[in-house]
Amino acid sequence: MTDELVPRQADAPPAAPPSADPTQDAAATWLRRVSSSGSTVTVLAFVLALVVGGVLIAAVDPQVTAAAHYFFARPGDLLQASWNAITDAYTALFRGAVYDYDATTFSQAIRPLTETMTAATPLIIASLGVAVAFRAGLFNIGAQGQVILGATLAGYLGFTWNLPVGIALVVSLLGGVLAGGAWAGVAGVLKARTGAHEVIVTIMLNYVALSLLGWLLSTAAFRVPGSAEPKSRTVHSAAQLPLLFGSQYRVTWGFLIAILASVFVWWLMSRSRIGFQFRAVGFNPNASRTAGISVQRVIVYVMVTSGALTGLAGAVQLLGTSKYLTDGIAGTIGFDAITVALLGRSKPLGIFFAGLLYGGLTAGGRFMEVVTGTPISIVLVLQALVVLFIAAPALVRTIFRLPAPGSEPKGAAA
Amino acid sequence: MLLELRGITKRFGSLVANDHIDLAIEPGQIHALLGENGAGKSTLMNVLFGLYEPDEGEIAVDGTAVQFRDPSDALAAGIGMVHQHFMLVPVFTVAESVMLGHEATRRGLLDLDAARAKVRELSARFGFDVDPDALIEDLPVGVQQRVEIIKAMAQEAKVLILDEPTAVLTPQETDELIEIMRQLASAGTSIVFITHKLREVRAVADVITVIRRGRVVGSAEPTAEESELAAMMVGRAVLLDLDKAPAQPGETALSVRDLLVLDSAGTRVVDGVSFDVSRGEILAVAGVQGNGQSELAETILGLTSPLRGSITLEGAELVGRSVRDVLAAGVGFVPEDRSHDGLVGEFSVAENLVLDLISDPRFRGPLGVDLAAVQANARARIDEYDIRTQGPEQAAGRLSGGNQQKVVVARELSRPLHLFIASQPTRGVDVGSIEFLHRRIVRERDEGTPVILVSTELDEVSALADRIAVMYRGKIVGIVPGDTPRDVLGLMMAGVPLEEARQQAAAHPTTETMLEEGDL
Repeated sequence: MTDELVPRQADAPPAAPPSADPTQDAAATWLRRVSSSGSTVTVLAFVLALVVGGVLIAAVDPQVTAAAHYFFARPGDLLQASWNAITDAYTALFRGAVYDYDATTFSQAIRPLTETMTAATPLIIASLGVAVAFRAGLFNIGAQGQVILGATLAGYLGFTWNLPVGIALVVSLLGGVLAGGAWAGVAGVLKARTGAHEVIVTIMLNYVALSLLGWLLSTAAFRVPGSAEPKSRTVHSAAQLPLLFGSQYRVTWGFLIAILASVFVWWLMSRSRIGFQFRAVGFNPNASRTAGISVQRVIVYVMVTSGALTGLAGAVQLLGTSKYLTDGIAGTIGFDAITVALLGRSKPLGIFFAGLLYGGLTAGGRFMEVVTGTPISIVLVLQALVVLFIAAPALVRTIFRLPAPGSEPKGAAA
Repeated sequence: MLLELRGITKRFGSLVANDHIDLAIEPGQIHALLGENGAGKSTLMNVLFGLYEPDEGEIAVDGTAVQFRDPSDALAAGIGMVHQHFMLVPVFTVAESVMLGHEATRRGLLDLDAARAKVRELSARFGFDVDPDALIEDLPVGVQQRVEIIKAMAQEAKVLILDEPTAVLTPQETDELIEIMRQLASAGTSIVFITHKLREVRAVADVITVIRRGRVVGSAEPTAEESELAAMMVGRAVLLDLDKAPAQPGETALSVRDLLVLDSAGTRVVDGVSFDVSRGEILAVAGVQGNGQSELAETILGLTSPLRGSITLEGAELVGRSVRDVLAAGVGFVPEDRSHDGLVGEFSVAENLVLDLISDPRFRGPLGVDLAAVQANARARIDEYDIRTQGPEQAAGRLSGGNQQKVVVARELSRPLHLFIASQPTRGVDVGSIEFLHRRIVRERDEGTPVILVSTELDEVSALADRIAVMYRGKIVGIVPGDTPRDVLGLMMAGVPLEEARQQAAAHPTTETMLEEGDL
C-alpha cells in the first residue's frame, strides 16, 4: 500500500496504522514510494527541472540583466533576451551532449555523443550497484567509497603485476569487483549482525576509503618513482580497456561492460532465485523470514553484490579513462550513481538511459560553458532539481494535477 | 436524536463502496449493521463520522440536513465512534485519554480533576468500574474499550458507533459489553453496532440492517434465524455447520514438551507448554489474543527460539533449526497476520504462490527461476482455490482479504505436509471464503496431516477442532474435546480451570448458551 505524503485526499482509503516494526524503517518505506511512482513523474520532474534551470540561466545572463534595467520602457526586450539566453544555453547543451550540427565533419559532429557515453559508462555501472541495494530495501550511500577502492585495487593490480594482454585486464577488473564487494560487505555484515544502519556505516566508510587512498598515494608502492605528486603510476597498457571506436574517440570497452552489467542486473533481479529473495526481503522482510529466507544472509549478499558493481565502476573508470590514480579518481560518480538509480527507478533499462542522460548533462555542460558562457554550475543545479522533484512525487503531481496513485481502491473498500 | 442517512453514495474510482444507502437510527435504539468484510459498513460509518465526504446523499439530524467536514463536526453533532483499533495513547492515564482532544484548562494548567470527576461519574452511571488514574497500557482490552466509550460519552454523544467491538473480547467480556450497550440504549443513546457476528446481533440488536456490496439488501428482526441472516449477508445459502467426519487420529506426529519462550522483555509468553498432535486430527489452540498462542506457533516454525523444551515432528527435533529447515521438514504455516508475514503485497499473485518454494526443483529452470512453471502453478492454484484476481500478475496486496488468505493457504498446501499450522486462518475473511478455507483444512486433516489451528474465534474453534487446547497467559489451561460447550471454553480462556469452568458455566449460563438453547 502506498501512503502518500500529501494531505489525506478525501477519496483515499484511510491510511493503515503505521507499523511499529523496526525492520520496516522509514527510509525503506520512502524508497518504495519513490520507486513505485510512475515514469510520468520522472519525466515531468525532468521537465520541471529544465523550466527552473531556464529561469536561472536567464537570471545570470548579462543581456537579460541589462534588459531588466529598462523593463518598464520595453518589457519585450527582457522576454526576448531571456528567450535567447535559454534557447542558446539549451541548444549548446544539446550540441555538447548529442550531436554538434555545426561541426565540419560527421566524425566531429558525433564526438559529443561519444563523450556522453564515456561519462555515462562508470555512472551506469555504479548506479546498477546502488539499484540492487535499493530494490532489496537497502540504501548503499557508500558507492563513492566503493568506487574509490575498486579503482584503487584495479589500478594497483594494473600497474604492479606484469600480466599478459587480456589476463591483465580481467585480473584488474576483478580486483575492482572484489574491493568494492568487500567494502560494501562490511556494511552488510554489520547490518545483519548488529543492526547498524547501512546508511551511517556506508557514509563513514566513504571517508575511510578516501583517506586510505590518500595514504596509499603517499606510499612507494603507488607513487611514481621520483615524484612527490599524489598520483600513482600509470597502469600497463595490457590492463587498459581498449578503445571501442578507434583513437578519435575516448569511448572504451567499458561501455560494453556497462551494457553487460545492465543485462546481468536485469537477469539477477527478475530471473534468478537469489534476486527473487532480494526483492522479497526488500518489500517485506517479515514475510520473507516466515517463508524461510534468511534475511540476514540476504542483506550481506545484497551489499556484496551492490559493492561489487560499484567497485567495477571504479575499475572501469580507472582502466578506461583515467589510467592512473589520484585522490579525485572517483569524481562524484558514487554520489551521482544514487541520483541516476533514482532517476532510472532502479530498473536496468531506466538506469541505462538515466546514466546516458547524466553523462550527456556533464559533457554538454562543459560545452555550454565554453560556447555561451553559461556557468556549468547550472547543470549541477539541474541535476539537483531533478532529484529533488523525483524525491517529492507529490509535489510534481500537484503541479501537473495528476491523480494520486493511492486513489484507486484496492479490491474492495472496507 | 434521530439520525438519518439518505441515499448515501460513496465511490472510490470505479468501485461503489456505498450505493444509495438509506438508514434511520432512532433514539435509544441498538441498530446492528451486518455485513461481510468489504461490504461497505466501515465506509458508511466513516462518511457518518466525517472522515469521508459522500459523493451523493445527505445526513440529517432530527430532520435537518447537516454536513460533516471532519470528525470534530460529527462529534459536535453528538456522534461518537469507537474504532475497531482503539485510538488510545498507551502511556496516558484514563483521565488524560478522556480529555485528549478537548483539554480543559484552569489557570493555564490542565484540569485533570475535572476529567477524573467525569470518568468517575460516567463509570458510576453505567457501572464501568474504571480507575481514572490507571495507565491505558496496564488495562485489559475490554477495559480499554470502555475507556473509548467513556471518551465518547464524555462528549455527550447521542449516537455511538461501535465498529466490530467484540473482535478482541472474550465471550464473558462480550456479555459485559452487551450489558453496557443495553444500559446506554435505555438511557437514550442510540447505538450503531457494526459486526459480522450473527450471534451477537441476535442477542442485542433492536433492528438489523444487512449490507452487501455497498447496498442495503434488507433488514431483519433479531428473531431471524442465523442461517437466514448469513444468507442475506452473503447472497446465497451458507452452510454454517461444517459437516465433517469424525477424526481418525493416527500415530502421534508432533510432540511439544515443556516449551518455555521469553519475549524480548523477559516475560514468559509460552510457559511450560506440552501437548501432542496426531496424524489426522485438528488440535485447536484457543485463547484471547495475546496469551501466547502466536508465540507458540512462531516457535514451532523456528521464528523464535525457546529457552527450554523440545518440539519433535515425526521423531526429529525442530528446536534450533532454521525456518527454512522446518519448512523443508514438511511444516506448512499460515501466519496470523497475512499482509505482514504471509504475503509480499507488491509481489504478484504468482510470485506469492511460490514465495517459500522458489528453490523447489519444480520452479527451477536452466537460467534461474522457471517463469513458465511459476505461471502454470499460479493458474492451477487460482482455479483450485477460486482466487478472485485479475490474473496471476496482479499484485497480491490489491486482493481482498479473503483472496489474500486463499493465496497463502494455497501456497502452504501445495506441497506434501507433515504438519499444517494455521494461525487465524479466517480473520478478516468473508463468510463465503471462510466456508471454503474450513473445508480445505478439514480435507488436509482427512488426508492424514496433523493440523494445529490457532484461533481466537470460538465459532471457528468449535466448527473445526477435534481437540481444543485453551491457552491463558502462556500456559495451557486444559485440553478438552472439540464439542466442549462454548461458555466452558470462554471461562477457560479467562484462566478458569476446567472443572471450575464446568461448574460455573452450569450455574451462570451466558447469553450465547441461552441462544443456543433457544431461551432468548
